[in-house]
Amino acid sequence: MTPKKFAYFAPASLKEAIQLLRVNEDAKVLAGGQSLIALMKLRLAAPAALVDITKTGDLLSYIREGKGHLEVGALTTHDTLERSKIINKKFPILSDAASKIGDQQIRNRGTIGGSCCHADPAADLPTALTALESEFVVRGVKGKRVIPQSKFFVDTFTTSIAKDEILTEIQIPHTPPKSGSAYIKHSRREGDFAIVGVGAVVTVGPKKVCRDVRVSLGAVASTPIRAKSAERHLKGKTLDEGNIAEAAERANEEADPPSDMHGSRQYRLDMIKVFARRALNLALSRAR
Amino acid sequence: MKLAKLTQKDDLVQIRCKVNGDAYTGTVEPRTLLVYFLRDVLNLTGTHVGCDTGHCGACTVIMDGKTVKSCMVLAVQAEGASILTVEGLAKGENLHPIQEAFWENHGLQCGYCTPGMLMSSLFLLQRNPNPTDEEIRRGIDGNLCRCTGYVNIVKSIKAAAKKMRGVEVTA
Repeated sequence: MTPKKFAYFAPASLKEAIQLLRVNEDAKVLAGGQSLIALMKLRLAAPAALVDITKTGDLLSYIREGKGHLEVGALTTHDTLERSKIINKKFPILSDAASKIGDQQIRNRGTIGGSCCHADPAADLPTALTALESEFVVRGVKGKRVIPQSKFFVDTFTTSIAKDEILTEIQIPHTPPKSGSAYIKHSRREGDFAIVGVGAVVTVGPKKVCRDVRVSLGAVASTPIRAKSAERHLKGKTLDEGNIAEAAERANEEADPPSDMHGSRQYRLDMIKVFARRALNLALSRAR
Repeated sequence: MKLAKLTQKDDLVQIRCKVNGDAYTGTVEPRTLLVYFLRDVLNLTGTHVGCDTGHCGACTVIMDGKTVKSCMVLAVQAEGASILTVEGLAKGENLHPIQEAFWENHGLQCGYCTPGMLMSSLFLLQRNPNPTDEEIRRGIDGNLCRCTGYVNIVKSIKAAAKKMRGVEVTA
């Protein structure tokens, strides 16, 4: 289908893009368009105007070292993330997640910023970024501000970005040595949205004791969430199969999953435990 | 600050892009999808519309070196881009090695998905000249064949890889 009519702007700078968002009622930012254009074609979305930020002179596709964190430009594609050496080495949870999105063509165009702003609770990168306690840099008329992950995802398809702000960068705090991370997704077919998605970050201390652990869940609430109960159970304990399995049993305590054609609520609650265990074990195997 | 010229909903937008090496200009509605620009404005009907919902990959073209689903890209987003469609594969009467391989290995039945399959195959082989079966299957994960002719498609891509690496192929 063809989208409803809209006005199209391709501003030459981010500053101009922000102005355009400010003065146009019902304008949406267009990046890779792999979620937005699909929604517009189905007429589930019909914005009056699109502001294309891919043609500004401000280059927003990069992966670089910052102060204590890695900086990922909002227009970095899933394909770039999946193939990035530095991401594979430091945050394999992100390459895991990126590699499981849609298919090759979608990964070629879809962007990390677009996925986060779209805020589908079943999307892969937001869940992975939740386990990483990432921060989101947005720019608006008054300059830039940094939104912590816990304040970024507000509800299904809803973030705390204002109408005239643009997400420009995602900052991923570095993990201590002997940390490992992983993202595992349960879906019926390759490339489908997650029935359950689980991210895990583990830091191993002396004598294989769990120094720190973070578990995130996707597709089981209105936003990605943390499985705090499981985290509390594992922290300070020896990272062995028994303790990991016990923690995974608690991973669904904060979840409030929906029932739909892909799986019932109970099925999802059960699968959270299975995939939390697998994600934790994979993350642990990568800790070095 | 001078804002970009304010377009209205009914305004047409002029775009320039290169398709198969030739420069084109065209006038489109902002909502025109790239696949319809290629098919209806440029008359390049080799690129097919399959599902029109971003799932099937029949409309796959290579835009600035990367495969995209042209039903999931607005024509205006292709402003300044360089696009390769299935029409750009053969050199005159000579088929591209991937096309030859699909022909020789019966890599198509109805042929509807083939233009997209060929473009995804080319992208894959440019990145990975000697892919395993597994890598080929992943490389065409965005292209559906409703005849389910995947076995021969994978075989064709394997054969094409050999041809493109200059390995002698015996039938």
